[in-house]
Amino acid sequence: MKNSGSRCAAWRKLSEVRKAFIDTMCSLAELDERILLLTGDLGYMAMEPFQERFSARFFNTGIAEQNMIGVATGLAEAGMIPYAYSIATFAALRPFEFIRNGPVLHRLPVRVVGMGAGFEYGTAGQTHHAVEDIGVMRTLPGLTVIIPADSTQAAKAIRSTFGLAGPVYYSLAKDDRIEIPGLDGRFDLGRMQLLRDGADLAIIAMGSITAEAVAAADELADEGIRAAVSVVSNFHPDPEEDAVRLLRNVPHAISIESHTLSGGLAAFIATVIASHGLGCRLWPMGVRRPPDGTSGSPANRLRKHGLNSFHVVQTARLAIRGRGDC
Amino acid sequence: MSVLTQNTTISPAEVRRVILTQSKRANVGHIGSSLSVVEILCALYGGVLRTSGPEDPDRDRFVLSKGHAALALYAVLSLKGWIDLAILDSYCGDDSALGVHPEAVLPGIDFSTGSLGHGLSIAAGAALAARLKGSGRHVYCLISDGECNEGSTWEAAMFAAHQRLSNLTVIVDLDGQQAMGLTREICNLENLSARWSTFGWESVEADGHSVDELVAALASAHGERPRIVVARTVFGRGVWYMEQGIAITQKHLPQRPVNWHYLPMSDEEFGIAMRGLEEA
Repeated sequence: MKNSGSRCAAWRKLSEVRKAFIDTMCSLAELDERILLLTGDLGYMAMEPFQERFSARFFNTGIAEQNMIGVATGLAEAGMIPYAYSIATFAALRPFEFIRNGPVLHRLPVRVVGMGAGFEYGTAGQTHHAVEDIGVMRTLPGLTVIIPADSTQAAKAIRSTFGLAGPVYYSLAKDDRIEIPGLDGRFDLGRMQLLRDGADLAIIAMGSITAEAVAAADELADEGIRAAVSVVSNFHPDPEEDAVRLLRNVPHAISIESHTLSGGLAAFIATVIASHGLGCRLWPMGVRRPPDGTSGSPANRLRKHGLNSFHVVQTARLAIRGRGDC
Repeated sequence: MSVLTQNTTISPAEVRRVILTQSKRANVGHIGSSLSVVEILCALYGGVLRTSGPEDPDRDRFVLSKGHAALALYAVLSLKGWIDLAILDSYCGDDSALGVHPEAVLPGIDFSTGSLGHGLSIAAGAALAARLKGSGRHVYCLISDGECNEGSTWEAAMFAAHQRLSNLTVIVDLDGQQAMGLTREICNLENLSARWSTFGWESVEADGHSVDELVAALASAHGERPRIVVARTVFGRGVWYMEQGIAITQKHLPQRPVNWHYLPMSDEEFGIAMRGLEEA
């Protein structure tokens, strides 16, 4: 749907951006009665299809994320598979210790669902920008972390991981108008997804910002630079073998994420390069600046932090030719 | 199938003996907190909790949210035969599952705790799960009074009341102590029963050192709401110098009960405590 700018259209859009998640939840709930959906009072105009069809399995636990995760822990211990949903910052950061001491420590199948990865809640302000959640969640080895790049991959990832015995954190992209060319919904736990081959450098992306990586690779191809593009969509298990296979054959790697450089994609790739003694140089692209009080559209935020396709192209040129502007 | 563990009387004096012996052997503190909950655990495990054993899936659940009293729970579980005595002797040892705070890998420990403010939300989830599964099991959760400083305790209190979790009972160990001193000096908790009532709970008060009174408060039929039993207790109960806050062999310390939140016992203190139990 195009954004018409009218209030009515905006509401309809709001109800559509989480459609992949809710549709998948409905189909899973149909198959498995252990599935429950909890929300920290978010998801208006999105949750209703589940709420209406599975009213006894839907709980708005109120604006109380710690309690939501604690309740999910108690439910999971009794054999349920609860999905606990909120905006990514509230789902991952506020109740971090409850996630650590609850489903992770007890190895229970709680699914924490964070909506609006990276800057996708752009104009909502800095409190809503989820640029640390992956790094924080990756500190918990018992927690599978899943970061779909688009809604089609999100649906596949949610379906293929709902039965995992341990806990999962999903960092979901909010904007399902983004469709990553060549990804075609592929998802395999512990694997990377290669979108295109190239021997001059590898661009490795995480999340919906992969669209910028693909656009950059197109532009680089026009000027004769052959860039491989690959997507990291999960950690724990880490896609380490795929990363080694990709990186041992290229002299340069660019990692790009709408996330701080701590603990996320760059940290993973840097560890792989260093621990395997690879000769490839890493050019990490991520959020480096502290919050400065401003916000804006997601595109504005990517531009501000030097994270759109233009900046990827500049970085690739710098890597290959020693200059970024030619 | 669950059965009522009827009248499997557990002697509070015996539990205290285990607490003191293990604390001394391991040379660790948290003694006062463990001693204050002894009768509460004796009431629960002496007949209130319905279970045929720790593996019974339909057993009543118990969450020790004040995890720093785990030694009292280990003592009770060992006296029930759920924890082997040899394992009990590993308390606070290397590679032991018996730390100062409880771990769910142990038989009879349903949830790992130790971070205050966590247990009640888990208990609420367990109670909700029982309702969803059509199970008649009940969930009990023991919290400390200091734990009522935590906002998450009240998040869970509101949730449980809203969901009308009548299969959930909380016991608050009202010993008036928290880690740095008296609760009334740090974050006043006066009128605690009324506060919980305002949050939509059935509130009952009991002498936290009377097993009979506790059993009556815990086992009587609920209405439609979750229940809290406000159990008035004495920190360090059963050891006179702990009750009075005296560190006998560290005379430089001020006389404050909270000393025994931290201190291990000297040989002299251990001897005095054990003789006190025998003479009681």
